[in-house]
Amino acid sequence: MASHLFCGRVNLNILREAARKDLREFLDKCSGSKAIVWDEYLTGPFGLIAQYSLLKEHEVEKMFTLKAGRIPSAAVKNIVFFVRPRLELMDIIAENVASEDKLQPRDVHILFVPRRSLLCEQRLKEKGVLNSFTNIDEYILDLIPYDGDLLSMESESSFRECYLENDQTSLYHAAKGLMNLQALYGTIPQIFGKGECARHVANMMLRMKREFAGSQTQILPVFDTLLLLDRNVDLLTPLATQLTYEGLIDEIFGITNGYVKLPPEKFAQKKQGEGGKELPTEPKKLQLNSAEELYAEIRDKNFNAVGAALSKKAKIISAAFEERHNAKTVGEIKQFVSQLPHMQAARSSLANHTSIAELIKDITTSEDFFDSLTVEQEFMTGVDTDKVSTYIEDCIAQKDPLIKILRLVCMQSVCNNGLKQKVLDYYKKEILQTYGYKHILTLKNLEKVGLLKPQSTMRNNYPTIRKTLKLWMEDANEQNPNDISYVYSGYAPLSVRLTQVLARPGWRSIEEVLKMLPGPHFEERQQVPTGLHKKRQPGENRTTLVFFLGGVTYAEIAALRFLSNMEDSGTEYIIAATKLINGTSWIKSLMDSPEENLP
Amino acid sequence: MAFVTANWNPLGDAFYRKIELYEMGWNLKDGLRDCLVAAAPYGGPIGEFCFITLLRKIVSEYSFWKSGVVKQLGWTVSDDLLCVQEDGTVLVYDLLGGFKRHFSMGNEVSQSQVLETKIFHSPYGTGVAILTGALRFTLATNIDDIKLRRLPEVPGLQGAPSCWAVLTQDRQSKVLVANGSHLFVLDNTACTPVTPPGLSPQASSIVHMCVSFSYKYLALLTDSGHVWMGTSNLKEKLSEVDTKIKAPPKQMAWCRRPKSQQPSAVVMWDGLLLVVGECKETIQYHLDDDSILVPELDGVRIISGTHHELLQEVPGACEEIFKIASMAPGALLLEAHKEYEKESQKADEYLREIKEQSLLSEAVRQCVEAAGHEHEPETQKTLLRAASFGKCFLSNFPPEQFVSMCRDLRVLNAVRDYTVGIPLSHTQFKQMTIQVLIDRLVYRKLYPLAIEVCRYLKTPEYQGVSRVLKYWACYKVCVCVYLFTPLKKKNYILIIFVQPYCMPSCMLVYTVVMYLKNELNRGDFFMMLRNQPVALSLYKQFCKHQEQDTLKDLFNQDDDHEELGNFYVKASYKEQRLEARIAHLQSAVDEYYKAKNEFSAKTTEDEMRLLRFQRKLEEEKGEQLVGFSLHDTMTTLLSVGLHKHAEQLYKDFRVPDKRFWWLRLKALAEKEDWEELEKFSKSKKSPIGYLPFVEVCIKHHNKYEARKYVSKVTLEQKVKAHLAVGDVEGAAEAAIERRNESEIGTVLSRCSATTDHLLVERLNRAKATVAKK
Repeated sequence: MASHLFCGRVNLNILREAARKDLREFLDKCSGSKAIVWDEYLTGPFGLIAQYSLLKEHEVEKMFTLKAGRIPSAAVKNIVFFVRPRLELMDIIAENVASEDKLQPRDVHILFVPRRSLLCEQRLKEKGVLNSFTNIDEYILDLIPYDGDLLSMESESSFRECYLENDQTSLYHAAKGLMNLQALYGTIPQIFGKGECARHVANMMLRMKREFAGSQTQILPVFDTLLLLDRNVDLLTPLATQLTYEGLIDEIFGITNGYVKLPPEKFAQKKQGEGGKELPTEPKKLQLNSAEELYAEIRDKNFNAVGAALSKKAKIISAAFEERHNAKTVGEIKQFVSQLPHMQAARSSLANHTSIAELIKDITTSEDFFDSLTVEQEFMTGVDTDKVSTYIEDCIAQKDPLIKILRLVCMQSVCNNGLKQKVLDYYKKEILQTYGYKHILTLKNLEKVGLLKPQSTMRNNYPTIRKTLKLWMEDANEQNPNDISYVYSGYAPLSVRLTQVLARPGWRSIEEVLKMLPGPHFEERQQVPTGLHKKRQPGENRTTLVFFLGGVTYAEIAALRFLSNMEDSGTEYIIAATKLINGTSWIKSLMDSPEENLP
Repeated sequence: MAFVTANWNPLGDAFYRKIELYEMGWNLKDGLRDCLVAAAPYGGPIGEFCFITLLRKIVSEYSFWKSGVVKQLGWTVSDDLLCVQEDGTVLVYDLLGGFKRHFSMGNEVSQSQVLETKIFHSPYGTGVAILTGALRFTLATNIDDIKLRRLPEVPGLQGAPSCWAVLTQDRQSKVLVANGSHLFVLDNTACTPVTPPGLSPQASSIVHMCVSFSYKYLALLTDSGHVWMGTSNLKEKLSEVDTKIKAPPKQMAWCRRPKSQQPSAVVMWDGLLLVVGECKETIQYHLDDDSILVPELDGVRIISGTHHELLQEVPGACEEIFKIASMAPGALLLEAHKEYEKESQKADEYLREIKEQSLLSEAVRQCVEAAGHEHEPETQKTLLRAASFGKCFLSNFPPEQFVSMCRDLRVLNAVRDYTVGIPLSHTQFKQMTIQVLIDRLVYRKLYPLAIEVCRYLKTPEYQGVSRVLKYWACYKVCVCVYLFTPLKKKNYILIIFVQPYCMPSCMLVYTVVMYLKNELNRGDFFMMLRNQPVALSLYKQFCKHQEQDTLKDLFNQDDDHEELGNFYVKASYKEQRLEARIAHLQSAVDEYYKAKNEFSAKTTEDEMRLLRFQRKLEEEKGEQLVGFSLHDTMTTLLSVGLHKHAEQLYKDFRVPDKRFWWLRLKALAEKEDWEELEKFSKSKKSPIGYLPFVEVCIKHHNKYEARKYVSKVTLEQKVKAHLAVGDVEGAAEAAIERRNESEIGTVLSRCSATTDHLLVERLNRAKATVAKK
C-alpha cells in the first residue's frame, strides 16, 4: 500500500507508520461508530497517510465535508471534526454542533491538524459549544511522506505567509517536523542554511533541542547533513517552465497530493463490441509515485527523452507477451501465467503514460509554448532583460492568461535584478488596463516579496551569479544528461547548484556569490551522543536532507535525484519542502484579487 | 571556636546538641496554643511566611465558614498542604495557599466522622490514615492514586485507643494500635496481637508511641513513665529508660541519625523536653513556649512560636574534632592550621604528629565531613580551610570530596537563608537529592535561585536549567492565559518576554494578544503591539479575516498610508453601489498620494474615471460595462460598433498603439467584419505588422481574407505567413530567397514527400548551398 516509501535510501515508511499509529489511537479514543466531518483542505494530505480502509477498520462509517448548517443525518455514535485551527472554521463547527438533535445526543470530538489552538477553543467557548466536545485533541502532521525520497508539509501558503504576511507559523511547524524526524532517524550532525527563514528554522531547532535535551534519541543518525534553503534565495527557478516529464505534468495539469486529474478523452476504454459507448466525462484521476515502475523510470527525464523510453518499454513488454509462444511445458506456462498480473499492470501503465505524453506533446509542440520558452531562455541567458519585451507586450495585447504574463514579467525582473522604473511602470499599466485595476494588489504583493522590483542603483549581479554557478549550460544533453541543467534544457536550477557546491567543493568557494543572494548563510553542528558516530564504509554515500522553505518544484527534485544517482557524487539526497509548487501555483498563492461585487 | 561544644550535652557515649535555625517572625498572639501545626520533613515547609497565612486562611475561611472542622493538617511529599476535615474530606492546597483539589476518604468515614488522623510518608507517596467514630481505621497509601482500605476491627476496643501509629513494613502500610497494655498490628487482612519483648511489667497502659523516620524503630511510652525502645517488628529490645514522669506527654519522636551511636528518643511535656538514650540518665531541656517536634532523618526539629531549633546527636566527625582534648587526626589538623594562621612553628609539630601516624588523609577527610555537619558558615569555613591546608601536604589526594562539599555547602547556606527558609542539613540534602531540592525551589517559585543552583552544581541541562525554565514559562503562561489577577502594565511585558522561551508558537501570541485586546484600552493596546513585530503582524492577519475596521485603525495609528490605500481599494470592491465604491477609491487615492506612491494614485484615479465612463455609457447605450477592465470595455464597445467611444478611451487612457491595434483586429475578426478590418489595415501602417492579421483571419477560418495580408508581411515573417495560409510553395520561395537554413528546414518539415516531390528537391538543394557558405 505504501511501497513507494520503501524504495529510497531512507525508509520513510517509519514516518508514515508513526503518523498512522497516532491516527488510529485517536480514532479508538472515540469508541463506537463514527462520522468524520472534514475540513476539505485536509483530505488531500490525509490521503497520503491513510486510505479510507484504515478509517473503516476503526468504525468510520460516514464522511462529510465541513459546511455551514446541519451535518447530514447519519446513524453513528460519534461525530469527529478534522480541522485546521482556523477561526472561520470554528464558526461553522459551532453552527453544526448547535443544530445537532438534542433528543438523540451524539458524542462530538474535534481533532486539530496540525496543532491545537487556544484561540480556536476560545472561539468555541464564546459560541457556547466548547463543552459539547468529548475529546479535543491535536494531530501533529508536519512532514508527510510523499514518495521514497520526498517529504512535504503540504502547506499551501507558507511562502505567502512567511514573506508577505510575516507569519512564521509554518516555519515553526517545519522546525517541529524536523525535530520529529530526528526523533525517528537520529540527530542530524550538520546543519547548513541560506536565507532568513532558514536561519529562523535552525534557531528554533537548536532551541527545541536544548529544551528537550533530556530526551536524546539513541538512534544512529541516518542523515549526515541538513540543508535549509529559503525559496527567496532562488526566486528564478520556479518561474521557469519545467521540462521534465513530471514537471510538465504538473505545469499543464497540476499534481495535487500525489494525484493528477487528466482530460478523459484519451483514456476511454476501447473494448470490443462497445464501440459506440459514450466517452467518460469525469476527469481521469491517476496516482503518481515511484511505486509505478515505469513512472519512476521516466518521471525525471527531460520530456524530449520520454518518447524513446516509452517505445523501448513498449518493445520489452510486447516481447514479454510473446514469450507465451515459447512456453511449452506445463511448468513454463505456469511461470508465464504467474507473471501475467505484473505484465498487465505494466501494459496499462504504459498505455496511461503514452496517453499523457501525447497530451503533453500537443502542447509542447505548439508555437505558443515554443515562443514563450524561447523568451524564458533569453531572459535566463541575460538577453535584452533591460527593456520591454515585445513578446510579453503581444501576450498582454492578446489577453493571454494573467499568470503566464506575471511569470514572465517576474522572471525578467529577477534576471535583471530589478526593472528600470519606466519599464516596470509600463508593464504594470498594461496589466492593469488589460486585466482590471483590481490586480493592483497582486502587483503590490509581487513587489513586496521581491519578484518584481524597480532597479536599484546596485549593479545587476545576476550575470555574475549565472557565470559563477554555471546556471546556463549551452548544449544541455537531454537524452543522456551529464549535468542538472537538463531539467530546464539549459538552465541549471540555482537552488540545486547551491546544494551541489555544498557537497563538493564546499560553500567557501562561492562566498562572493552567497553574499549576493539574500539572507545569511550559516553552518551549525549538533552534538551526537558518543558511540553514535557513524563509521562510513569506504565508498558509502553521505545522506543529505534538503529542505526547501517556501516550496520546491518537480524539476528541482529531478535535478537532486540526478545528483544522487550520479556516479561518484558521494551524496544522496532526500528532499523536504513546505509544498510542491510550480510557477503557476506559486504566483497564484501570491495573488490578491478581490471579487467584483457590483450587481 | 571555643564555643562549638557549648551547646553539647553528653548522654551515654554520645553527645547531643541543639542548634538554633531561625528566630521565628510569626506574629501569633497566643503562640501555637490554639493552632493546628504541621511541618514537613527535610526542612520542608512550615514555611514561615506562607504557612501562617495559609493557616489563618484555612482556620478562618474553611473550618468555620465553609465545609467543616479541620481535624488535621499535613504536608505531602510534593509540598502540598492537606487538610483533613471532620467528614473525611481532604482539601489540597499548594504552597502559596491556592486551592488545588479535594477528595473524600469514603462514605463510611463521612458517616461516622473522623476521630483522629495521621498523615504519613512512604516510598509510595503520602498517605492518610483515619480513625473513625466507629473505631475503625481507613487508610489510603498514596493520595495521588487513592485506593481506600478499611482495616479489620480491633477486638475489645471500647473507646478511642490510647495511642496508634502507622508503620510501613514489607511494602505494606500497617497500623499499630495500643489499647491499654495490649498492642495490635492491623494489616489488610488481620488484626494480630503483639507483645514488645521485655516491656517493663509495671506498665498497665501504653500512652504514647512513635516510629522512627525510617520505620525501623519503635518507641513506646507507658503510663509508668518508662520509654521502651526497640525495632518496629517488635523482635528486639534496644533499651528501656525510666523518665520518672507519669503525666501523659504532648509528643514523642525519635532522635536518630544514620550511623547513630545509640538509639534515642525525645519526649515532650508542657515546658519540658527530655532526651532518652541507652543509659539511665537523660538530658533535660526547658521549653518556654508551646512547641512541636518534627522528626527528621538526622534529628528532631523543635518549632515554637518564637524559635526553630534542631536537636541532634553530634555527628561522629564533629565529635572527634571538637571534643575537648581530642587527639583525633582531624582535631590535630585543625589545631595545626590555627597555629599556622598565627604564624607559629607549632603548626609544623602538629602536622608532623599526624603525618607520623600517616593519618593526614584521614584528618582531611574528617575536617571536610565535619564541615558538612556544621550549621554556622564560619565554622564550616574554618574546617574547610584546615582541610585545604592539610591537603597541601598530601600528594595524590582525590579532590572530589572537598570540591563537592564546598559546592554543597554553598547551596545549603543559600537555601537556609531565612528568605528561602529551607533549613536542610547536609545528610538530608544527600538523601533527598539535588533534583528534589530544585523541585522544591520551583514550587516556591524561586526560579532565579533554582537556576543559579543548577548552574552552580553543573546539573545537566535537561534536569536543571531547562526544566526550571520550563516550569517558569508554564507558570507565566498560565498566569497570562488564565489570569487570576487584574493585569498591570508590568505583567504583559513579562508575558511577551516569556515568548522566546516558549517558542513563538503563534497561537500563544494570539492568545495573549486577544486577551490584552479586551483588557487594555485601544490606544495602549496598539502602542503595545507596535513594539512587538511578530504579535503585530499576527494581529493584522487576524483582523484581515475578522475585524476589517480594526485593521484600518492600526494602519492609521502607524501612518501607513500605503496600506491604508490598499485597504480602501479592497473595501471598494465590497461595495454594491457605484457611488460608495468611487468614494472608497477616492480615499485610496488620497492615501496613495500621502504615501508618495504616484503610480498607485494615478492608476486608481484612472480606475475611477473608467467606472464613471462605464456608468455613463451604460445609461446611454444600455450596454453592460461596469466592472470590465479597460481592455474588455474597449472590446465590447468595438464589438457593438461603438468605435468612437472606443477611440475616446484609447486616447484618454493612453493605450499603446500596438495594443489598440491588436484589440481592434481581434474585435473585428470576432465580428467577422472583414470589410471594416481591411479598411482598418489600410488606415495607417500597422505597428504590429501584418502577420497578426494573417493569423487572426486563419483562426477564424477565413483563408481568403488571410491571403490579402500575406503580401504586406515583412520579409522576416513571410515564411510564417505563407505557411499559415497553407501556401507551401510561397513559403519555399520566401525561404530560399532569404537563404535561411532553419526556415528552409521548417518548410521542409511541412512538405509531404509524395505530393511536393519537386519542391522538396529544390529546398534540399538550396539548403545545401546555404550550408556550404
